Amino acid sequence: MTVLTLSKALNEGLRKALEDDPKVLIMGEDVGKLGGVFRVTDGLQKDFGEARVVDTPLAESGIVGTAVGLALRGYRPVCEIQFDGFVFPAFDQIVSQLAKHRLRSLGHVSMPVVIRVPCGGGIGAVEHHSESPEAYFAHTPGLRVVACSGPADAYTMIQQSIRSDDPVIFFEPKRRYWDKAEVDTAAGLDGALPLTAARTVVEGTDVTVLAYGPLVRTCVEAAVAAREDGRQLDVIDLRSLSPLDLATITASVRRTGRCVVVHEAPVTGGLGAEIAARITEECFYQLEAPVMRVGAFSTPYPPSRLEEHYLPDLDRVLDAVDRTYAF
Amino acid sequence: MTVDADGAVTAAPNSASLDGPAESGPELIQLLTPEGERVEHPDYPLELTADEVKALYRDLVMVRRIDTEAIALQRQGELGIWASLLGQEAAQVGSGRALGPRDMAFPTYREHGVAWCRGVDPMKLFELFRGVSHGGWDPAEHNFHLYTIVIGAQTLHATGYAMGIQRDGLVGEDGEAVIVYFGDGATSQGDVNEAFVWASVFNAPVVFFCQNNQWAISEPLERQSRIPLYQRARGFGFPGYRVDGNDVFACLAVTRRAMQAARDGQGPTLIEAFTYRMGAHTTTDDPTRYRLATELEAWKLKDPVERVKAYLVRTGAAGAAFFASIDEEAARVGKQVREACLTMPDPEPMEIFRNVYSEPSALLAAEREQFAAYLDSFVTEEAAR
Repeated sequence: MTVLTLSKALNEGLRKALEDDPKVLIMGEDVGKLGGVFRVTDGLQKDFGEARVVDTPLAESGIVGTAVGLALRGYRPVCEIQFDGFVFPAFDQIVSQLAKHRLRSLGHVSMPVVIRVPCGGGIGAVEHHSESPEAYFAHTPGLRVVACSGPADAYTMIQQSIRSDDPVIFFEPKRRYWDKAEVDTAAGLDGALPLTAARTVVEGTDVTVLAYGPLVRTCVEAAVAAREDGRQLDVIDLRSLSPLDLATITASVRRTGRCVVVHEAPVTGGLGAEIAARITEECFYQLEAPVMRVGAFSTPYPPSRLEEHYLPDLDRVLDAVDRTYAF
Repeated sequence: MTVDADGAVTAAPNSASLDGPAESGPELIQLLTPEGERVEHPDYPLELTADEVKALYRDLVMVRRIDTEAIALQRQGELGIWASLLGQEAAQVGSGRALGPRDMAFPTYREHGVAWCRGVDPMKLFELFRGVSHGGWDPAEHNFHLYTIVIGAQTLHATGYAMGIQRDGLVGEDGEAVIVYFGDGATSQGDVNEAFVWASVFNAPVVFFCQNNQWAISEPLERQSRIPLYQRARGFGFPGYRVDGNDVFACLAVTRRAMQAARDGQGPTLIEAFTYRMGAHTTTDDPTRYRLATELEAWKLKDPVERVKAYLVRTGAAGAAFFASIDEEAARVGKQVREACLTMPDPEPMEIFRNVYSEPSALLAAEREQFAAYLDSFVTEEAAR
């Protein structure tokens, strides 16, 4: 076991993938000499060369579009989109090309492409650097969408994503890049939790709290605080946003009868809406209260001096937990 | 026109930058006139045997015939839509026959002539336009990628594929290259311009083959560009050429040279095949709303098939018996594709759930099961009646 930051854990996971499979490539803006603006790819170009760790021209559609072509040629590209808000120029290549090649070819073609996207707010950034665009991609059949929340998962999930024969949109919680935790870099992937599985991070009996990415830590802290009020939160890190691990979600909600979904993205049309609908269909008779959503207002991301009011925090989570007891 | 050491083309003064693209003039590479007369070009010596010319003629006639059948089948309701290649046969056959078996082609949705050259069964194309599949062929089988419908997106795929060739160490002696097709309208797309940048800075072995058929549905070339399209390449740092797109010899020779340059490691080339879409954009389109009949009549005189026929007759390489046998074969091919189309089965409903992911999905399995039960409920109701 080694203590790593989330950023370094991703770096080690990428390094392992590059070592394990000569077809793995890393491509993006500033990923080479600079090591990425968050240093996630630090040192990789030095060790694996410019043909495998590629500083690309500055155009996101070009990054993903050429990755599609490289995948057709048998490569496994890992693209870095520098910030969440810059994924949109690549939207057509992701949604209309990457996601659809398998069906278009009737299974003759696989698209083992990973698109890493640093996501979420809380770092005092300018516009377009704090977005949570996961719902757009979770809405797209053919894509897998995952979000890591801590160093240990980051290390294994990035490797699992690279091994997947499907395209994976890989969200990284940028404000948690510097969080540290123990990572077992000696462990292989064989015993690891599958990429599609959710993980229970705090066990409790009273309210199911579902989160992913940057807000898992917030919800764990909320669970500690709730304990003082005598409430036991069952906190689940969803990890996989598409497909959802509905078995884990519904098993918890059937026990607790209450559920709060937490994400940074606006609640309107967000992942919480999908989860609430699924839980209503599957757990209707066990529910003691409607499924509550904690997320951003249905507004664009505000200037950063306002983001503490905009982003869900511990108190907003606890407030929603309280509201599930009002029925 | 001058060509510098890097092979870059400099247009002659007074090129069509303000007056609109010229249809002829020094920058247009032509080896066969509309009247079927052979023209020599210093940069493109082309030696073809009589049999090779006859084979090209056969290709041109066959792809036109398949296209004609497809339009008829659409009119009869057997195809949902068809994007006709009428008028662009030489651009497609010339470039398609310039490819080696290991080269890779990335088409739009109109490259039926290239598909023919690569050996793709026309029925695979008909499946797409009938709505039986979104293509469904294996790109690796004939080194012909799937049709791409979003304009220009495939130029990036081709460039990425070419970057893969570089990483495989297959540039240079015994090298491989990529050709990607797109139209005049596509040159306005960001993806195409990004592909130019990528191919240029990475010196990727890719040939950009632009069929300038003068019309992007209803919009004329003047709405896409103030300069001749081939001149765009210069700004990106690689050579661009304009070839008579209705001249199968010129398309063959120019594409051959550009592909060889790419295989050898000299990087990308833009070829603008100056041609004309003689039919509608697709069968849903009505060109009489936006262009004059006289324009079409003028282009008919430059017909890509007729000029090869004229050449064969003029040179005495082929006689009436040859043309009769080709017509007979075309009729036979036409009958074959017609019958194959009419008997093409619809896919099973459960196909909807296949080929979405590489592994089984619990969500799709559940939806599939529910849908199957729903469909079965009708059978049960009917049985109960």
